[in-house]
Amino acid sequence: MGVRVPFKPTPVAMARNWSLTPIYWGLGLGLLGALLVLLGLAVGSTGLESLRPLWTGGGDDAAMARQIVWDIRLPRTLGAWAAGALLGLAGAVAQGLFRNPLADPYLLGSASGASLGVAAALALMGGAGGMLGASSTVAVVSVYSGHWLVRLGLTGAAFVGAVAAVLLTLVLARGVQHTLRLLLAGVVVGVVLGACTSLILLLSPDSLQAMQGFLLGSTGFVGWTSCLLLLGVWLPCLAAAWGLSRALDALALGEATAHSLGLPLAPLRAALVAVLALATGTAVAQTGLIAFVGLAAPHLVRAAVSVPHGRLMWLASLMGGALLAGADLLARGLLAPQELPVGVLTAVLGGGYLLWLMHRRTAPGGLL
Amino acid sequence: MTIKSVAIGAHQISAGAGKDCIFQGLSLQIAAGRWTSIVGPNGAGKSTLLKALAGLLPTRGGHVELLGRDLHAWPRRERARRLAWLGQNEAAAEDLTVYDVAMLGRLPHQGWMQPASGADHAAVEQALRATQAWDWRARALGALSGGERQRVLLARALAVQAQVLLMDKPLANLDPPHQADWLQLTRALVARGHTVVSVLHEISLALHADDMLIIDRGQLRHQGAAGAQATHRALEQVFSDRIAIHHVAGQWLALPRINV
Repeated sequence: MGVRVPFKPTPVAMARNWSLTPIYWGLGLGLLGALLVLLGLAVGSTGLESLRPLWTGGGDDAAMARQIVWDIRLPRTLGAWAAGALLGLAGAVAQGLFRNPLADPYLLGSASGASLGVAAALALMGGAGGMLGASSTVAVVSVYSGHWLVRLGLTGAAFVGAVAAVLLTLVLARGVQHTLRLLLAGVVVGVVLGACTSLILLLSPDSLQAMQGFLLGSTGFVGWTSCLLLLGVWLPCLAAAWGLSRALDALALGEATAHSLGLPLAPLRAALVAVLALATGTAVAQTGLIAFVGLAAPHLVRAAVSVPHGRLMWLASLMGGALLAGADLLARGLLAPQELPVGVLTAVLGGGYLLWLMHRRTAPGGLL
Repeated sequence: MTIKSVAIGAHQISAGAGKDCIFQGLSLQIAAGRWTSIVGPNGAGKSTLLKALAGLLPTRGGHVELLGRDLHAWPRRERARRLAWLGQNEAAAEDLTVYDVAMLGRLPHQGWMQPASGADHAAVEQALRATQAWDWRARALGALSGGERQRVLLARALAVQAQVLLMDKPLANLDPPHQADWLQLTRALVARGHTVVSVLHEISLALHADDMLIIDRGQLRHQGAAGAQATHRALEQVFSDRIAIHHVAGQWLALPRINV
C-alpha cells in the first residue's frame, strides 16, 4: 500500500495513457459524412446526367443544373446528415440518461410524440400542410418569412410533443430502473401517440398524402430553411450534451454515487431531457419519423471504442450523420428515378440490427 | 459511551413507511477519526442506515449532522468534498476507463467543465496505487472482473479525499489478500485522521474496527468498542447465538457455532 512512502506523481501524459483511437474515429466519421454528402449531390431523380452542363457550360442548362444541386440536392443531403447527427446525439443522451443501452428516441416514444406535435400543429394551421409538398418548394420561397415561422412553429410543436412523450413514458415505466418496463412503456406510448397522429390525419384529408409521406420519414421536404434549422439546433445541442457529459459519466456509476459526488440530479435530468427532446423534435419536424438511427449510432461507436460520454456525444453524432446520409443515398439511388422514404429503409435496416443485437446478447448479463 | 468529537450524528431519523418501515426514530453518533463498523443480520437495515447517514435517502423527520452541521445545510459540493460514499454493485460504467472512473471522484473539487488539475491527477494516482489498480488505468471498467472492479470503485471513493468515508460492503468480490489490503488501507486512513464507516458482512474483519454499531430489525442494539466483551455478547445475541467470538492469533474471530 504505497500510502506511507513519499508520493511522486507520474507525469499526466503518461498517467492517462490517452489513446488516439477515438480521434481517428472522429476524423474518419467526419470525412465519411462529407464524402456521403458529396455523393448525395450526384444522386437524384435526374441522376448525374443532369449535372453535366455544370462543367460543359451552356446557358439555361447550366443554370438548371446549378439550381438542382444548390436548391434541392445540397440542402437535402446536408439536412439528412444533420438530422442523423441530431438523432445519433439524442440516442447517446437517452442511453446515458436512462442508463439503458436500448434507450432510443424512437423506442422511448419521443419521436412519436414529436410527430404527433407536428401533425397537430399542421391540422391547426389548416392549409399549411401544403407547405410540406415537395412541389411547393418553389412557391414557398416567395413566402420566405412565413416559411421560417412555419418551420420554427413545427419544430416547437415537435419539441413539446417529444417532452410530453418522454415524461409519459417515464411515468408509465415508474422510473428508469427496469429495462423491460421502460421499453414496454415506450412502445405503448409510441403506439398510442401514433394512433392519435393517424386520427388527426384522417380528420384533415387535404394534407393526408403529404403528411403520410412525411411521417414515413423522408428527406424530400428538406430545403435550406430546414437544413439551417437542423444544423443550427445541432450545434447547441451537441455543446449542451458535451457540457453535461461528466454528469452522465457519474450517473453511470449509479444514482447514489452521482448524488454523493454533489451533482444536482434533478436539474441535470431536466436539462438532459430537454436536449433529448429538442434534438428529436427538430429532426422529426424536418424529416419525419426516422427509426433506429438514434439506437444504432451510439452502439456502433461503443462497439469500436470505449469512450467517456464527452467523446461519445461527438462520435455518436458523427456516426448518426454518416448513417442517415448513407441511408438517404440508398433510398434515393436504389430504385432511381423512384425513391423510397428513407424512414422505411432505416426501419428495415435498424430492425435487423436490433434483432442481431438481441441474438448476440441473450447471454446472461445481456441486454434484457 | 461518550464520544469526544462527532463526525456524523443522526437524530430521530426514519426510513420507509407503514408496513415497509425499515427504521423509525433512530438516533446515533459516529466518532470522528475512528473506524466504525455497522453489522447485523440480513435485512436489518444496515445499508439503508448508511444511505440515510450519507443523505442519499429522502428524510422523513429527524435530521443528520455532518461535522456538526445539518447535512442539508451544506452546499452540495462542499458536502461532497467532506463525505465520500461507496455503494454496492451500482456500476454500469462499462465504457469508462479505470482512470476516468477514479477521476470522477474529483468532481466535487472541479468547477463545471474545468479540466483536471495537478492535484486531481495526483489524488487519482495515489488512490489507484493504494488499491493496486494503477496498472489497469487504461482499461475499460467493463473488461475487469468483479473484484478488480470493486478495487477501482474503492479508488474512486478514495480519490475524493474526504474527511468522512462511508462504504457499503466494500469487500464484495475481494479475495483474502485484497481484503487484508483493505483493512490496512482503512487503518492508514484512520491514522491520518479520517473517519471511516463501513457496513460489513465479514464479522471477523468488522471486529478490526474501533467501534461497532449493531443493528437488528431497524433497532440500534448496541454501540461500543469492537474489542469489548459487551459488544461481543451483543453480537452473538443478534445472530441468535449461532456465532461465537474467539481470540485467535491476536485477532478477534467470529466462528459459526454448529449444533451437532
